[in-house]
Amino acid sequence: MGVEVKVEGLTKSFGRQVIWSDVSLTLPAGEISVLLGPSGTGKSVFLKNLIGLLKPDRGSITIQGNDLTKLSERKLYEVRKLFGVLFQDGALFGSMNLYDNIAFPLREHTRKSESEVKRIVDDKMEMVGLAGTERKLPGEISGGMRKRAGLARALVLDPEIVLVDEPDSGLDPVRTAYINQLFVDLNQQIGATFLIVTHDVNTARTVPDNIGLLYRRHLAMFGPREMLLSSEEPVVRQFLNAQRQGPIGMSEEKDVGELEAERQAGYEMPPLPPIALQLLPTDGQVRAGQRPPGAWCQANGVTPPPGSFQDPPGVAGSAGNARHAQSSGWTKPAGRADDDTLALPRVEG
Amino acid sequence: MSHPAWSASTTHTRRPERELMASEPITGGLRTAGNLFSFGLDTVVSLPRRPFQIREFIQQAWFIASVTILPTALVSIPFGAVIALQLGTLTRQLGAQSFTGAASVLAVVREASPIVTALLIAGAAGSAICADLGSRKIREELDAMQVLGINPIQRLVVPRVVACMLIGLLLNGLVSVVGVSGGYFFNVIIQGGTPGAYLASFTALAQLPDLWSAEIKAVIFGFIAAVVASYKGMNAGGGPKGVGDAVNQSVVITFMLLFFVNFVVTAIYFQVVPAKGS
Ligand SMILES: Nc1ncnc2c1ncn2[C@@H]1O[C@H](COP(=O)(O)OP(=O)(O)OP(=O)(O)O)[C@@H](O)[C@H]1O
Ligand SMILES: [Mg+2]
Repeated sequence: MGVEVKVEGLTKSFGRQVIWSDVSLTLPAGEISVLLGPSGTGKSVFLKNLIGLLKPDRGSITIQGNDLTKLSERKLYEVRKLFGVLFQDGALFGSMNLYDNIAFPLREHTRKSESEVKRIVDDKMEMVGLAGTERKLPGEISGGMRKRAGLARALVLDPEIVLVDEPDSGLDPVRTAYINQLFVDLNQQIGATFLIVTHDVNTARTVPDNIGLLYRRHLAMFGPREMLLSSEEPVVRQFLNAQRQGPIGMSEEKDVGELEAERQAGYEMPPLPPIALQLLPTDGQVRAGQRPPGAWCQANGVTPPPGSFQDPPGVAGSAGNARHAQSSGWTKPAGRADDDTLALPRVEG
Repeated sequence: MSHPAWSASTTHTRRPERELMASEPITGGLRTAGNLFSFGLDTVVSLPRRPFQIREFIQQAWFIASVTILPTALVSIPFGAVIALQLGTLTRQLGAQSFTGAASVLAVVREASPIVTALLIAGAAGSAICADLGSRKIREELDAMQVLGINPIQRLVVPRVVACMLIGLLLNGLVSVVGVSGGYFFNVIIQGGTPGAYLASFTALAQLPDLWSAEIKAVIFGFIAAVVASYKGMNAGGGPKGVGDAVNQSVVITFMLLFFVNFVVTAIYFQVVPAKGS
């Protein structure tokens, strides 16, 4: 039913290069969190620390009372069974076809019969839209397909914690919308804790319950989505709104002179865009981590930007069909929305 | 102390080797040697761990055999011939023609066959293993495997090491047979020696421990070649170029180690096993 991951004071460097330091955050059990950050800020390195593939210099990662950074190798292999991980390039086994790749964890860790394995694998392949490609080798398919196959493999053991590295890079906008909806649905069905690393602002605005931003070798902010989406903090604001104006430049950070010039030019940051509604599970069930829209803002006395939590006419987000179900309020939509094929082509990249 | 990430010990840091090499050449080199050694130990420790990967082992053994048998046979025929020619001339100069057979058998069985085996295991099998594991490493397959709860040392390295040892053993036998036959052919047919003298002389000087020691050498060489290749492959970094570099380094390191180990084992052998007739 989802497991909490508690990270405290984590610092990682390679040789003399500090990647990030003193990162503390808690991934609440059963909720979806997104980790954002400019390229090269060490998001992938962070994921690898979470699963014990890399060892941090300092700090602790606590899962079910175990500090991952101190576990013996053997114990670590046990704890890793809680995880389903999608690597940035899928990390499929090149010598096996897609079917065997996805069946691999089942054959290794369960005593299921081949027919049961087949049923589960077929189900997961269908879910990520790869039915019919079972016999293909990873070298023979596109990057987006490899990614979806990697996701199917990560999900096959019903993990408690799902870590996903850039699900949307190399995917077209329609597939991205499907994958995002899939995460929300999965989270509702298996209740796992999700951490999604992404660059895609649209994903960050509509999918997660919590957002974190890595920047300048530390965690700039981590918290409920409404906190970050309504934040006035320049870096957060710039990143979540994909603007050029702000402290982030082409080469990681703008230099002081450039920032000063920008300020003297009297440039005002554009106003915060409205906070979009969150994606809802397609079957109308409520996810464990889901909170009513605007609840955080209300509880903290923050006025959300005008137009927030509404279905903006003419603006189609990747919210797809869920958006429609949602416009009547946060309560469960009455019927099962089954028009996703109709709603999806309107998605913008 | 930094171990490879899959090390059986409690730490799992992997420092980037490039960086260490660049900044501190000597300690970096020592660290690599230490890591290689602890990797070898991890492999030995994982050897008895169940379940043994029979399928991977058979596939690898078959693969290694298929890339090494033909070149080995082709190399050992001229090798045996050269030794026979050299010794045939030398023994005539010394007036000891009757020992030509024995001398060439000793040379082939004791030294030539383990060396030929070593060259082929390192050059053909080692480079293939290193390239294979290296490309798995940069595709993050090894990371994925660890995340799926599988130790790559047990799953991938152990079967390769055992396969290399087995094939080393077989190749060494092959080289001995082919080399001795080649020697016989050149000595008896080309140089006009007598078959009887050839055969009689080698029972006079050669002894069974010669063969055993050669076989032991070949097994050790197989182990070293596979461990170095696996280590280099699993620590490859920096994209496809990193894999190329790793293969290159693994072959060079293996050659150096094998010739050194060969010297040590030979020296020990002569201490332990008294030469026949002395
Ligand atoms: N094994 C390693 N050895 C040395 N440096 C590394 C290693 N892995 C990553 N780095 C460095 O760490 C930094 C962060 O890399 P990382 O891949 O985590 O970035 P990222 O945030 O995932 O970027 P992107 O969004 O482009 O995927 C980079 O500067 C990279 O060079
Ligand atoms: Mg990355």
